[in-house]
Amino acid sequence: MKLKLQQITKRFGDHVVLDKVSLTLEMVKTLVLIGPSGGGKSTLLRVIAGLEYPEAGDVEIDGEKVAFNEDALLKHRRTIGVVFQALNLFPHLTALQNITLPLEKVHGVPSAEARDTAQQILKRLQLDKHSHKKPAELSGGQRQRVAIARAISIKPRLLLFDEPTSALDPEMTAEVLNVIEELREDGLDFILVTHEMGFARLVADHVAVIADGRIVEAGTVEQVFEKPASPQCRDFLARVLKY
Amino acid sequence: MNLSKIFIGPEREGAVIPWPLRTFNFAVAFSLVAFVFYFSFRQLASPLGWEPIANYHTMYLQGWLTTIWISVVSLGLSTIIGLFFALARRSRLLLLRYFSVIYIELVRGTPLLVQILIFFYVIAPAFQVENRYLVGILVLCFFEGAYIAEIIRAGIETVGKSQIESARAVGFTRTQTYRYVIFPQALRQSLPPMAGQFVSLIKDSSLLSIIAINEFTQNAKQVNSYTFSTLESYIPLAVGYLILTLPISLWSRWLERRMKYET
Repeated sequence: MKLKLQQITKRFGDHVVLDKVSLTLEMVKTLVLIGPSGGGKSTLLRVIAGLEYPEAGDVEIDGEKVAFNEDALLKHRRTIGVVFQALNLFPHLTALQNITLPLEKVHGVPSAEARDTAQQILKRLQLDKHSHKKPAELSGGQRQRVAIARAISIKPRLLLFDEPTSALDPEMTAEVLNVIEELREDGLDFILVTHEMGFARLVADHVAVIADGRIVEAGTVEQVFEKPASPQCRDFLARVLKY
Repeated sequence: MNLSKIFIGPEREGAVIPWPLRTFNFAVAFSLVAFVFYFSFRQLASPLGWEPIANYHTMYLQGWLTTIWISVVSLGLSTIIGLFFALARRSRLLLLRYFSVIYIELVRGTPLLVQILIFFYVIAPAFQVENRYLVGILVLCFFEGAYIAEIIRAGIETVGKSQIESARAVGFTRTQTYRYVIFPQALRQSLPPMAGQFVSLIKDSSLLSIIAINEFTQNAKQVNSYTFSTLESYIPLAVGYLILTLPISLWSRWLERRMKYET
């Protein structure tokens, strides 16, 4: 994917969450956003997802500019898969229906075909035994995997993960990260916001560190983790890598 | 010590009460209530006489059936009205929103009796609506509709922000979000209190008797005026309404319990 962010600014009231964020990546498969909580990384992801309107700035994916009006954003969102921290799934629907409903109603896939697609993906993620369970009957890790299944079922051009494992215990975190790693091997492009530094180093081919609404450091894993240039990034890494 | 045990339920809240314990205690409670009534009625100076009333049993039946059809029609219409105003209250069209707020607060804050009178003697004639059944049903529906609107609105508000976010993220339009995500969850939440509201609706329909609609209560009033046996005329009302409301109450309770298990 080719990603170009230009001067993105986002405020919530008086609070500037994103302050003229710019980033140009000619060819990136896996972009990982890290940084202290409240620094603006989730907001940036939500702007890219078309869920948040920036006050100023441009987002360009593969040379295509995202127009920030509701009609255009609706189309934009339909080409992108998003997985949030938790509560992604619709609790009144089974795992299978959670996947087939958007396929049928948003993407116009005939219902038999949607079922087949959903079942194949669930099977691939070893969730076929749980396809008829409602979210309340699934574990946290299973729920996140179903959410991932739903996100990839539409064959998105880009997957966005917003701290997909922060609500999970270590074992479940591992099961979800395994899936994400597999998707990367399949060649899916994604942007991941995470606090899992080990995983970030493993999958990222580009890392951006966001603090106080700005990108304070960006580059390859090696550049960011081994020789960070900015004091903010060094601080952040020193804190999170201490233990 | 051992004897008192037969009146005590399980310690843990929500635990299943063994059926002999349940049946026994229910029977005792029921007998106590029955005894109070039996005891009180026994003290009456002149005992109840059912012969004069029995002659009018067809009037009771007709009134009861009228109450049933009025209730069934009103149940449907008031749900539609409630749904409309619940949505209107959340509408981005501010005129619609405030219209809805005014309607809900006016209706919920004033007695149904006064509403029926104003509608029947002022508003309906002004708009040349003459059919008293139509007027009666409309007032009743607008009255119950205000409560149902609030029940549905509360239901919609229990659907979390994260659900709306997920719906947006998968690319649902606003209408689709309501249809596939918000409504199914909100209605599930609203159903038990709605069933309770339907019980009220059936009882509230008795007030239509003041504009001479020949429903259950009105017919009982008439029997009273023919026979001058007030108690005997009205007691069948209690029974008749209970036959209609009790199943709905039980259904509402069952829904509530089922929902608890689901979430």
